[in-house]
Formats: sequence, structure tokens, C-alpha cells
Amino acid sequence: MSGGGSLERERRQAYLLVAPAVVVLAGVALYPILAAVWLSLHRFILVFGERRFTGLDNYAFLLSDARFWSALGNTAYFTLVAVTVELLLAVPLALLLNRAFPGRGLLRASVLVPWAIPTVVSARLWAWMFNPEYGLINRMLPGSDINWLGAPGYALHAAILVDVWKTTPFVALLVLAGLQGIGEDLYKAARVDGASNWRMFRSITLPLLKPALLLALLFRSLDAFRVFDAIYVLTEGGPANTTETLSIYAYKTLMRSGDFGYGSALSVATFLCVVVLAAVWLRLLGREEGAR
Amino acid sequence: MKRPGLGTALAVVAFLTFFLGPFFWQVLTSLWPDGELTRPWPSHLTVDSYVSVLWGRPFLRVVANSLLVAALTTGFCLTMGAAAAFALAKLEFRGKGLLLSAALAVSMFPPIATVSPLYLILRAVGLRDSLIGLALPYATFALPLTLWVLTSFFRQLPDELYRAARVDGCTPFQAFRRVLLPLAAPGLATTAILVFIFAWNEFLYALTFLSTPEKRTVPVAISLFASEYREPWGEIAAASVVATLPLVVLTVLFQRRIVSGLTAGAVKE
Repeated sequence: MSGGGSLERERRQAYLLVAPAVVVLAGVALYPILAAVWLSLHRFILVFGERRFTGLDNYAFLLSDARFWSALGNTAYFTLVAVTVELLLAVPLALLLNRAFPGRGLLRASVLVPWAIPTVVSARLWAWMFNPEYGLINRMLPGSDINWLGAPGYALHAAILVDVWKTTPFVALLVLAGLQGIGEDLYKAARVDGASNWRMFRSITLPLLKPALLLALLFRSLDAFRVFDAIYVLTEGGPANTTETLSIYAYKTLMRSGDFGYGSALSVATFLCVVVLAAVWLRLLGREEGAR
Repeated sequence: MKRPGLGTALAVVAFLTFFLGPFFWQVLTSLWPDGELTRPWPSHLTVDSYVSVLWGRPFLRVVANSLLVAALTTGFCLTMGAAAAFALAKLEFRGKGLLLSAALAVSMFPPIATVSPLYLILRAVGLRDSLIGLALPYATFALPLTLWVLTSFFRQLPDELYRAARVDGCTPFQAFRRVLLPLAAPGLATTAILVFIFAWNEFLYALTFLSTPEKRTVPVAISLFASEYREPWGEIAAASVVATLPLVVLTVLFQRRIVSGLTAGAVKE
């Protein structure tokens, strides 16, 4: 190809081509995040137009706010349980989808149905399933009149079930992509050596699947931690705030109370939790890459 | 193909029941006569709920709103994203890795973190409570998705194509427009489907930024569906089916594309 002038031109055009995307990303993500931090240092009530700088007051209040800690606990519990169950279901599902059997196409298409349904719609659908009088679940459990969404011990678990239904397919697809990267030869060799299916799963599949599993864990736990739609529709955080997650608490503070100062502090706190979670997962993933 | 064992068959049935059962129950509810939901089984099926959702409520308007926002988001992110993804895949410049990681980081942002400033920005420029204004914040999730999926598609196109176009006298931009972009059409289609589905399903921004009932999108309308009297379960079910069926059809038709698109960015880093 030609000399330095052409390369220079290529570089210039490259910057022109990426510039719009960079500007938009900065405008919708970088600037708002910085602005949220700045807002969180103010007392700012939208309807009164009251706005003054108060430094770290909002954060001092946050640390002593029992409702914040309870929301953090609910969010962590939701994330931990939902992601664990999703992974435990997704691995067998992916193993199944990776095998040849009549009806595999049907199964593959049907697992995408919950993924494609809007979260709000799936929450409405499950709210009707959970309906204490006429819902499908209590119809199938004769004599049961459990108020799934109204009883404190049950509601958060009901929300977890909705999340599991909706997102297990996505996890299974990630795991399936990992499975398809494992060579058939390894299994052939193991079979010649007389290894059992379980032994092959333990010694070949799981270790080679580890990067895909870690990646799925990373995506899903960050996604579960910001849960909003399903819980807002199912319970709005009730009963007695037992399903209130960080996103729900921040939303209510911002949009119901119009408190943009403290609401922004809650938003920033949620963001920082996600950053910490991501850093931990990336370290684990990095260690995994290093080990290979 | 091996004959499936009993265990496999049972597992398939169990998964199918779990994933499809609730959806079929919703379809059945939408066809259930209104006064009979208390009964264990409907005496006959009817489309009354669909009639009252489609003609008794401004639901078609709501569907049109969602179509508009999702189409705007898709068009605007694909235009910007395709150009940037081509540069990321085929050209040499500094900051490539940084841009891709930044896009990934942005897609992991909890949307609640940016809601308060975005609300104030949109209000200041007069785009709060506007469907066009809503498409802008949708770039937070749609643009990173576009960049990742399309970059991986452009990388799969041979470098020789680009070099040959350059030798023939094309500028990098012309090589993109005339040679690589047409070849990336399948990738563009996959990305468009994904972005459309994500935009169609978005809830938090739509709930926060839109206040006029006539401007609501499908998820917002369904979440706020009538609490005036009792819960109209039949109508909710009918509206859900109307809102979901296009997506389910799209997904089943383009199953392979969607799967490859969803896993493209994730697996082949």
C-alpha cells in the first residue's frame, strides 16, 4: 500500500467515523454520571426549586438510613439467589440444547420466548399467575390461599422466580456458546478410556466451561443488581418495603418525593455497588485468563 | 441421531412447560369470558377482551408510540454505530480498546444512576415528555450493543476486501460505504432486531420521562393498566399478547440470528 500520508488520512477518517458515537456516549452516559455525583452534593427539591450545596450531607444521611441498608440487603439477596438459580438451571438446559434429539429446534425457539417478552409484561403475566384467588399457582395447589405477592416472606422470592423465568434462556445461550467451543475429540478420548458421563462432565466440560460461566455470572449479576421493572410492576417494593431494591428506592425518592439531591445520592450509591461488583468479577476473569 | 432416553424426554418436557406454560396461560386468560375468571374452566372462548383493548382504549396509539421510539432508536444507533464499528474493526487508530471497554461499561450502567440528570437535561431542552426525546437516552443501552455486535460482524469480513478497495483508489470512508457496508447487511439486520427488541421493552426511562397518557409506550401502558375498578385481568392478558406476539414471531423467525448476535460480543472477545 502507499506511504505515510495515506496512513495519516486513514487515522483522520477513523476519528471522524467514531466521533458521533463517542459524542453520544459521552452525552448520555459520562456527563449524566458526573452530573448525578454533583447533584448528590446538593439539597435539591424539584417542586420548590430549592437548591443549595450541602457537601457530603446526603451521604452522611445515607449511611444512617435504615431503609437504604434494607434496600441494599434486598438487592444483594435478589441478585445472589436469582443468579445462582439461573446458572443451576442454565447448565443442564445448555447441555440439553447441545445434544441432537428430535424437537431440539422447538426447544431452542421456545426458550427465547420469555427472553423476548418485555419484562413488564412478564411481571404482569406472573402477577396473574400469583393471584391468590384465581391465579394458576393456587389453582394447582388445592387448599392453598397463599398471598404470594402480599406476604413478606414470599414476595421477594416471587420476584426472583419471575427473573429466573425471564433470564435463564439468556444464560443458557451463553453457556451453550461455551459448550460449542469444546472439541469433540476430548470426549472421544475420554470414552476410549472408559470414563463415565459424570466423570466427563466433571473433568472436561466444567473446567473448559469456566470462562463462559464466569462471563455469564458477570453479565447477569450486574443486570440483576439494577432490577427495577419486574419488582415495580409486581409489588412496587411492598409489602412493608420487603421487596424494595436500590433502584426502586432511588426511583421513589426522585420521582415520588421529588428529592433530587438524596435521590441522586442513592443513584450514585447503586452505581458504585455495580462498579465494585464488576471489579471483583473482572479480577476473577483476569485470573482465569492468566491461568490458561 | 441417537434415540433420546427417558431422562432427556422428561427434561425437555419440564423445560418446555416452565418456559411456555405461563405464556399459554396468559393467552388462555385473554380468551376467557370476562365474568367467568372465577370458574376453574371457561365455558367457551371469546375475543371480547381483544375488542375492548383495541377499540375501547387508546392501545393502538400506545403501540404506535412504541413503534416510533423503537424505530427511531434503531435508525439512529445503527447509523452512528455502523460507521464507528467499521473503524473499530478495520482501521488503525489510538483509543480503540478504550472505546470498546467504555461502551461495555456504559451498557452495564444501572439506568437509575443517570435518571436524575437526564430528566433535568431533557426538561431544559424541552424534550421531556416527548417520544423523540426518549430515543436519545435509549442510546445508553442501544449504542453499546450496536458497537459490540457490529464490530464483531465487521471483523469477520476479510481484511483483503478493505485493502483491495483502498488499492483501487477508495478513501477509507468510500471503502466502508461501497464495499463493506453492503456486505455487513446480515449483521445490520441482526443488530437492528436486537436494538428494536431492547428499545420496545425499555421501562424505567419511559416511565420517568413521559407524563402525558397519550404518549405512553407499551410497557408503561401495561404497567399502569386500569386500577380504577378491579384488575381487568382479561384485558391485561389481551394487551400483553398483542404487545408480545410481534416479538415472539420475530424471535422464532430470526432465532439463529438473535442467538449469534447476543453471543457475538460476549464470547469472541
